[in-house]
Amino acid sequence: MTPLPVLLTPGRAALCRSAGYGLRGLLGGNTLAVVLAAFCFSILAGEARAEASAAGLLGVLALLLKWAPLIFQGFLFNLLVSVLSMLAGTVLGLWLGLGRVSQFAALRRASSAVIQFFRNAPWLVLLFYCMFLLPFSVTLPFATIPLPDAAKAVIGLSLPVMANVAEIVRGGVRSIPLEQWESGEALAFSRRQILWMVILPQCLRRMIPPWMNLYAILTMSTTLISVVGIQDSMTLARAALVAEGRTELFIPMYLMLLSWFFLYCYPIARWTTALERRFQVRI
Amino acid sequence: MQQDPAALVVLSRVEKRFGDAVVLRDISFSVARGKSVCIIGPSGSGKSTLLRCINALVPVSSGSIEIDGIEVNDPALDKIALRRKVGMVFQQYNLFPHRTALQNVMMAPIHVLKQDRREVEDRARRLLAKVGLAEKEQAYPGELSGGQQQRVAIARSLAMNPLVMLFDEVTAALDPETKKEVLVTIRQLAEDGMTCMIVTHEMGFAREVADHVYFTEKGVIVEHGPPREMLAHPREERTRAFLDQVL
Repeated sequence: MTPLPVLLTPGRAALCRSAGYGLRGLLGGNTLAVVLAAFCFSILAGEARAEASAAGLLGVLALLLKWAPLIFQGFLFNLLVSVLSMLAGTVLGLWLGLGRVSQFAALRRASSAVIQFFRNAPWLVLLFYCMFLLPFSVTLPFATIPLPDAAKAVIGLSLPVMANVAEIVRGGVRSIPLEQWESGEALAFSRRQILWMVILPQCLRRMIPPWMNLYAILTMSTTLISVVGIQDSMTLARAALVAEGRTELFIPMYLMLLSWFFLYCYPIARWTTALERRFQVRI
Repeated sequence: MQQDPAALVVLSRVEKRFGDAVVLRDISFSVARGKSVCIIGPSGSGKSTLLRCINALVPVSSGSIEIDGIEVNDPALDKIALRRKVGMVFQQYNLFPHRTALQNVMMAPIHVLKQDRREVEDRARRLLAKVGLAEKEQAYPGELSGGQQQRVAIARSLAMNPLVMLFDEVTAALDPETKKEVLVTIRQLAEDGMTCMIVTHEMGFAREVADHVYFTEKGVIVEHGPPREMLAHPREERTRAFLDQVL
């Protein structure tokens, strides 16, 4: 676990500042400053309602530090769920998106219906559906595969991801001029060959920015799984708060969690913007 | 329609409609092996559509197109087999922008004809040299001028060893200097005995290269004949009006 600046005690802040240039370069100095300021402010605000003293402030920080490792484990679990859902959603979404641009009208219509349904359903409701409708285990002829809650959650989150990836694929394929199809056909390529060798390689770079954007949104949405009873960072943070029973801990604790997500997702957003800008110039 | 035994492409009573609009009407002619024909006429007269019908990029509405024994107007047409015999070069080059010039030329022989990669590479290099672009083989289409891209496109089509080449206003998007290099390439090809069907607005080029010229207007062949004769002394009033305009 890397020491995040927000977890450092004031005495080490100077050290952090001198070592923080790489991070600041990635995040943008202003944004990082705002996050830090908000964090300090929230601690002070919590303090103001309790006894305002330096000792109290240190006490809150000490409590945060005490719980941070456990909650961070939960955070890593959130990231694992996000990666798995993204993986499954991307593979499924690619095929769904290709179905959407198929030359067979029936397949096109069916894909479109699936995409529209899952894109316009609330993620949390989909998650509930998967939790309650999927069986505890799947019995295949050769083995019985247990389906733990976490697996169901991954499935539940991958469905809207799938639909959104399909839409990205459709948009990418449609963005390539029809002349590319024609010249491929004139060279005696089959439709499938044109799709995989001519069209998809060209739209890949255009699809990456929206795909990364979707991943950032998914990562933040993984906290939804706490609602359906899975032990993620949100659940653990809540449990820690209950265990301590100190109201002034509420805001700093959630802000700590929030800043982790922020520190993970914001660089992705910056990178996405940079890629978008670069691809715009190139094409 | 007389059946010429040497004919490679035979069109008879070809008609193409888009909805109610008749784009081609009763087109009949044939192109003998090794000969070049030019199709001229005002924009929107159906010239491009005619070429597209020949390699089945658009289906004909009625009539028959036969290429080396393959009937194009057939629901069971094997389009891939047809297009192996017919090369086509487009007005906008349509190279694959993510592949180098050499890769553009190599792709179809490797993946469609399943030929050996090294042999294909040798042939692709020779073809690029033939169109005068040996030193540009590693360039991406975006790094080439219009004329260079168009010559790569010609090499790309030739790599399939087609029986007939279709050129669809291939110099229309080029400036005068680069036009010339492309026209020289095509003329060389015709002189080497490639069967060519060329839709063009370049009358001087048509006069030099074509064995036969067809003038189309509003989807019908108004007049045809050997280029020097027809372009110098058109019989039809419409042909004369068109030629007065472009010459």
